[in-house]
Amino acid sequence: MANNSSAPKTIESNHKVAMVLTNLLFIVICFLIAFPLLAGLLASFRPGRELVQNGLAINWDFSTMTLNNYKYLFGMLGSDSVIDSAKYFMWYKNSLILTISTVILTLLVCYFVSYGITMYPKFKLSGFLLFMVIATMCVPFEILMLPLYQEVTVLKLIDTRAGVILPGLCAASTIFFFHQYMQGLPRELLDAGRIDGCTEYGISVKIMMPICKPAFASMAILCAMGSWNNMLWPMLVFRSTNKFTLQIGLNTLLTPYGNNYDLLIAGSMFGIIPILLIYLLFQRYLIDGMTAGAVKG
Amino acid sequence: MSNFKKLLHSQKVAPFIFCLPFVLSLIIFWAYPLISGIVMSFQDITFSNRVWVGTAHYTKLLKDKFFITAVLNSVEYMLLTLVLLIPIPMLLAVLMESRLTKAKGLWKVIMYIPALTSVVISGMLFRMMFSEAAGSQMNQMLAFFGRAPIPWLKAKGTAWIGLLLLCMWRWTGVNMLYFLSGLKAIDGSIYESADIDGATPKQKFWYLTLPLIKPTTIYVVTISVYAGLSMFLESFMLWNGNSSPKNIGLTIVGYLYKRGIEKNDLGYACAVGMVLMVIALIINFIQLVATGTFKKEER
Repeated sequence: MANNSSAPKTIESNHKVAMVLTNLLFIVICFLIAFPLLAGLLASFRPGRELVQNGLAINWDFSTMTLNNYKYLFGMLGSDSVIDSAKYFMWYKNSLILTISTVILTLLVCYFVSYGITMYPKFKLSGFLLFMVIATMCVPFEILMLPLYQEVTVLKLIDTRAGVILPGLCAASTIFFFHQYMQGLPRELLDAGRIDGCTEYGISVKIMMPICKPAFASMAILCAMGSWNNMLWPMLVFRSTNKFTLQIGLNTLLTPYGNNYDLLIAGSMFGIIPILLIYLLFQRYLIDGMTAGAVKG
Repeated sequence: MSNFKKLLHSQKVAPFIFCLPFVLSLIIFWAYPLISGIVMSFQDITFSNRVWVGTAHYTKLLKDKFFITAVLNSVEYMLLTLVLLIPIPMLLAVLMESRLTKAKGLWKVIMYIPALTSVVISGMLFRMMFSEAAGSQMNQMLAFFGRAPIPWLKAKGTAWIGLLLLCMWRWTGVNMLYFLSGLKAIDGSIYESADIDGATPKQKFWYLTLPLIKPTTIYVVTISVYAGLSMFLESFMLWNGNSSPKNIGLTIVGYLYKRGIEKNDLGYACAVGMVLMVIALIINFIQLVATGTFKKEER
């Protein structure tokens, strides 16, 4: 009798030890993950030249912290500050415009393309087109980068937003995600719409689009993240400084002399905010969207 | 006119209209640059004209020691990221799914945050943490163990710790989410019957979880192979530009960028790109055969 009651107890206490250890592990990992950003955030309240001289480390000394970098960023510390602030917020504005237009255009185009591929069982080309969608995913963008750069130059799209947006408009992963999402939806809805006298295009907008709202939400976040943080292709296309995006602009501040690091560190931290806000508000949709391709393989 | 309109609105023509943007984009922004990239790799391209040089670029590549360094670096980086970014996120996902973990939502939200930061910002932060100044995080850590500060980013061994930590920092959470979604798709009753049969947690992992999340694993391995082989910006940011001491951070795409953009030698750079594509396709093919993806489709 005594033996019987002690066995579940050891299992239970083992379970408790395992539970404490597992959660401790996740606490440590999350601390390590927060670490660089926390160090950067703390450093953004100290003079930028300290970054060059001392490197970056977590420093909790609040007495040496000031708001000067952020005041500088918002143009409140003299004429240099006003000029740099104007420059920074121009990049910020460029990034915002580019991101918003990329998200809207990409989602609309990809939605209609996958609607065409998915919603017409009698459409003979759909299998081939889907194969091509996957094929485009199998060629890394970096390989197409140089010929594409030449092509964009010839098409006179260099240094324009269209030159950045158009080549990525039919994003294969987005088309594929919409396709997977729509496959799970009943096609009878379309017939109901046809009986009511809707055109094919009317059905795709008025009936299907509202049903696909969750898919739009998750793709919008992923697309916004990609566009806001995109660097390589915009860096090739944009020539003039007044068209630079935030990422390209921040990169130009990274000089070996470190004369701009006040602006760089505060600007970097401030540059994470829009995407962090979107993420925290919509992270539920994001996780659904991100993992769509992984389950079916 | 009304006939035309009727045709345009018919179920036969509509899908063509819907798919038209994709077909156009496929031709203009994928097939054309791909083919022109292949053609350019056999040409010498100057500002005004193109000269056909046959396979000269490719034979030159074989003897180009910078290129060989770049290929070795990229392949090494890819293999190391596979070792680090497949098993660890997989185990974390299994732990996260288990009943042991509390506050799952919070951990997931935090672990994804690094993926939101751009390479410019995260690269800058890591560059500063691995700076050679005595006050940098890594040198402070050395000082804690009583060692003198070292220039982390100047020797391959120590610099790659930074490069790989940057990669792990950004992608561990993302890969964990992929594996979590794979785990969610597994029917829980399988585990219940395994419990009844008296399977240990280790056995359940080897004989149930691992085979059942294979589609997810293949997906994550595939994207990791591509991302690892075409890595460029991480090293570009960590060394503040496209040149690192003794080329310890030179990758295939870094070399492509150097020859194509910085030196304007487009033909040679395109040949570099083609080699990258062949390597990527071969590795992917081996991986798919080894994991038996093709066999499954035959059945």
